[in-house]
Amino acid sequence: MDIGFVLAQSITQALGVTAIIYCLAAIGLNIQFGYTGLLNFGQVAFVTVGAYSIGVVVVTMGLSLWLAIPIALLASVILALILGIPTLRLRADYLAIVTIAASELLRLVVRSIALRDIFGGVNGINGKIGEQFHALNPLPAEFVTPYLTFSRQDAWVVLVGWVIIAIISFGVWLLVRSPWGRVVRGIREDEYAVVSLGKNVFVYKMQALILGGMVGAMGGIIWAIAKQSVQPDTFVPDVTFFTYTILLLGGAARIFGPIVGAILFWFLLAGVGEFLSQAIQAGWIDFLKPTDVGPIRFILVGIGLMSLMIFRPQGIFGDKRELALDGR
Amino acid sequence: MAVDTKSALGPRGQASQAALAHVPNIPGSAKPDPILDVHSVKRSFGGLTAVDVEQVQVQRGAITALIGPNGAGKTTFFNLLTGFDAPDTGEWTFNGQQVAGTAPYKLARRGMVRTFQLTKALSRLTVMDNMLLGAKGQTGEHIYAAFFPFLWSKQERANRERAMELLSRFNLAEKSADFAGSLSGGQRKLLEMARALMSDPELIMLDEPMAGVNPALTQSLLHHIKDIREEGTTVLFVEHDMDMVHDIGDWVIVMAMGQIIAEGPPGAVMKDQNVIDAYLGTHHDKELTESGKSLTVDSDPEGTHS
Repeated sequence: MDIGFVLAQSITQALGVTAIIYCLAAIGLNIQFGYTGLLNFGQVAFVTVGAYSIGVVVVTMGLSLWLAIPIALLASVILALILGIPTLRLRADYLAIVTIAASELLRLVVRSIALRDIFGGVNGINGKIGEQFHALNPLPAEFVTPYLTFSRQDAWVVLVGWVIIAIISFGVWLLVRSPWGRVVRGIREDEYAVVSLGKNVFVYKMQALILGGMVGAMGGIIWAIAKQSVQPDTFVPDVTFFTYTILLLGGAARIFGPIVGAILFWFLLAGVGEFLSQAIQAGWIDFLKPTDVGPIRFILVGIGLMSLMIFRPQGIFGDKRELALDGR
Repeated sequence: MAVDTKSALGPRGQASQAALAHVPNIPGSAKPDPILDVHSVKRSFGGLTAVDVEQVQVQRGAITALIGPNGAGKTTFFNLLTGFDAPDTGEWTFNGQQVAGTAPYKLARRGMVRTFQLTKALSRLTVMDNMLLGAKGQTGEHIYAAFFPFLWSKQERANRERAMELLSRFNLAEKSADFAGSLSGGQRKLLEMARALMSDPELIMLDEPMAGVNPALTQSLLHHIKDIREEGTTVLFVEHDMDMVHDIGDWVIVMAMGQIIAEGPPGAVMKDQNVIDAYLGTHHDKELTESGKSLTVDSDPEGTHS
């Protein structure tokens, strides 16, 4: 049993590409759900749109990655408008239903046989999606991440990814402490009260949905660039629910909530998995097979998260006083 | 106490009562200077006609009380006038402009601000943030400007000062940093009223401002409402306790079964046989006030026999 290796693996995952993707999805969800109270149960749809836009523009259409990124962001704005226009005037639950349905719809469309020429069907889009980005990698060819186990290519994505997260988080921080942020937090508490004070609630909800969707799409963009492949069946509703878990773990309506949540979530998931594998190999645990590790780590992490909700329901950064108050 | 508040009538109060002195005490009577003028507003829910108002006018600068028994349609009428609900038919003007069908937030911007029967204090915002939300025309509420604090910080400071003044007036100043959810029911009513005043409304519409508020706080609420009128804001409020209305109302409009059944100064309206019938129905032996109700209703809680 090599505890040092378990730790190195876990930290690599905690700071890795997947954590970055989920962190961005969670920052987007934090704008929508944490601050504005929009029940978006289809955040994965925005990630899908981000990733597939990059794949389609770069591989299917053969255009530049630098053109693909703004197109991907624009596509997420359009998705937000499509989702928001019919639902944001209605009660909050309608958005939840529409978003979860839309996210599955989107996955089924991109994996469909009819559109295989564009989206690649079940095989998705593979190819040199992120080549232009990886060509800029300044790390030396023989680069080895000290202690951690990033490849040279991943290390470059991770560096840029965390810088992007820092910039976006700073933007969110500016936004939520402004009068704009006050209005959306008011909408979260009671939108009719905010209407009665002369604010066009629909516009604010739309802005929050668009903004959160764009940040989520940014996660999809990084996904496509880092993995150089876009697979339809990775964009399942689980992604949305992991994102919610991350957000609640870190603390909703907190700037550092999604960041710490993503790091901790992937640290625990990788750590528990790696620990179990090693323990089985070392013969410490004889009633489990190595193939059991995958599901068991989710069970253990699930129990951990349930305990968190019971003993610290506000998440790590939340303020307990807020929860003591009745939302209405 | 009632006499106490009555005697403290300010100049604007005297002026508006004088202006209303010659208005006939009939439903739908024309006022000398109406801020709100309503024509044939009707709203039904399925087979039930909740509101069916032929004509009613609200005098500018006065305190008008809209009273009526439970289920008379007062709150529905309020919701219609403020755009929170759409009528089947009807039109009304605010400050001479047609406003039927106008979105509620636009009406609020034009100076017609309401509060709610069930207070809508924004619990997980601080008292100060609640107040600041009320301010109109904030640059920082635009999403692009929000990123640049230097564009709005000066305005924000001015709003903060104004909010602090209002909070001290409503005895909430020391609570400004607390979450609104931690306030008592009465304090929330005060906060909602103060928040509505942040926008400098021309007409403030209070839906049962005194409901669920203890007697001491009720007195202070009544004073505040009179102060609001003395500053030139028109007040229209819903209430069902006649005592409160008698204290501060310049004019009273009585609703029952969705219709305006009587209008007039408080003294005259309370003697109106229609009003007594509507209010008491079969309970002719009961007092009109909250305190009276609690004494007598016990003997016949459901009103099943009389």
